[in-house]
Amino acid sequence: MPFVSPEEFAKQKVAAIQDYSILSWQALAALFSRPRYWSDIYTQMDSIGVGSMPIIVLTGFFTGCVLALQSATSLKAFGAISMTGNLVALSMVKELGPVLTGLMVSGRNAAGMASEIGSMKVTEQIDAMRALGTDPVRKLVTPRLYATMFMLFFLTIVADAVGIAGGALVSVALLGLNASSYFHASYRALEYADVVQGLTKPLFSAFIIATVGCYFGMNTKGGTQGVGRSTTQAVVVSSVFIIIVDFIVSRAMIGIFGR
Amino acid sequence: MTNDLPLRTDSAQNTPDGQAIVVEFKNVSIAFDLKPVLNNISFRVTHGETRIILGPAGGGKSVLMKLANGLLRPDSGSIRIFGEEITTMPEKDLFKLRARIGMVFQESALFDSLSVEDNVAYRLHEEHVPEEEAHVRVVEALQFVELEQAIQKFPPELSGGMRRRVSIARAIISRPDLILYDSPTGGLDPITSTTIIELVMKQRDVSHTTSLMITHRLQDAFTLAMNRFDPETGKMQPLPNGGVDETTKFLVLNEGKVVFDGTTYELVNSTDPWLKDYLS
Repeated sequence: MPFVSPEEFAKQKVAAIQDYSILSWQALAALFSRPRYWSDIYTQMDSIGVGSMPIIVLTGFFTGCVLALQSATSLKAFGAISMTGNLVALSMVKELGPVLTGLMVSGRNAAGMASEIGSMKVTEQIDAMRALGTDPVRKLVTPRLYATMFMLFFLTIVADAVGIAGGALVSVALLGLNASSYFHASYRALEYADVVQGLTKPLFSAFIIATVGCYFGMNTKGGTQGVGRSTTQAVVVSSVFIIIVDFIVSRAMIGIFGR
Repeated sequence: MTNDLPLRTDSAQNTPDGQAIVVEFKNVSIAFDLKPVLNNISFRVTHGETRIILGPAGGGKSVLMKLANGLLRPDSGSIRIFGEEITTMPEKDLFKLRARIGMVFQESALFDSLSVEDNVAYRLHEEHVPEEEAHVRVVEALQFVELEQAIQKFPPELSGGMRRRVSIARAIISRPDLILYDSPTGGLDPITSTTIIELVMKQRDVSHTTSLMITHRLQDAFTLAMNRFDPETGKMQPLPNGGVDETTKFLVLNEGKVVFDGTTYELVNSTDPWLKDYLS
């Protein structure tokens, strides 16, 4: 990697933030003017939402299982094993459901977006699209952004549900708890603020996944090696951003709702 | 469609002898990462002209082509297409202008996920042309490039030459007023290259479309300059008495600068030592 002066490095980073911000804004705003590519939005919803279902179900389910298993040991020491449902539900809905879903979808779809758009960039298909009178942001980025925002919301709900179900299976089959009391504890543990917090996070995560994936794809340089680099960067940056933004949203929600 | 657009060739500036200027570069410069790629480039292309752009690899030819279509913006200078200044034109207006420009990319740049029919009809679909009409026009365009049998195929199933022909069909389907060919014969065998050159010639002599064509093969350039397309036989044939096509002119670039701008006769009779060496 060639050495660049600190001034040049800072300028590059500021320019990248500027480009990212412009791309994000253009992608968001494009839905409010014509032409709109609805068929591309539905195609992306299928690819991102339905396509991610298996990994989300598996991740959510086994996270719920292991959460019940691990927490039971500590809770048993305090004679509070009946609180397992409470702990699993709160952890899944407020934190693990949104974050793990975001990270899994990021690994699958931010990488997919960066590599697909990156390949189009290096084979001049993006330029061809512009030459044929189509705005690539409108055609490629906007459908991915809105499809991810819409589908990640529901994927998180699925992850929460199967996580609680996984916790129930472990609690009943391995810990000998009563299923009715598990679900009752889970239900009583959750308040309106917890659900709002858990369902606000995927909107931010989805925005990060789509915009970061598309940004690195659109700025791919250097042939197939560049596509690989963009894909890696997209997953790394979006994953880190998801966790950072998760913390910020959690703090804001605690500030607003008091829990 | 193109006829509804406010920009027409007749709105363009004219040369002193009354010919409409379709493409005009004035003192255009561009650099990437502080490395100059084009340095003070100026030239004009008039209506109906075929301008062949020659020069060694890395001389900025493809960059010049992208500048002509507004895909890149210069650091300085002025570029007028159909009389419209495009260097400061918003991207939204450029999309409208590009409806009048067809472009054939170096590596074809076909959309891998779309069939040949959808690739060729891409612009028509964007303009919401009815499906039946779009299909008829796609078949017409594919017949022009003699590839109608490949209509249902996908780009990865096509050979390099076939991809280039589909790319030409995609560029001409909207009957553009200007066609930009970026190395249409690059990486092809001599026989396929001649087929592609014949198509460029057919477009020149049948539709009289203004065009810019980059090529690395001098043989292709001179084939284009010294032959004409015969619509009766459907083949190209040499111009009588060793003549050259008056509408075909040359622009030679080297290290980002124009080293020659003129007709075929002027090019072959040039006394410039670098040019003589390059042509030999």
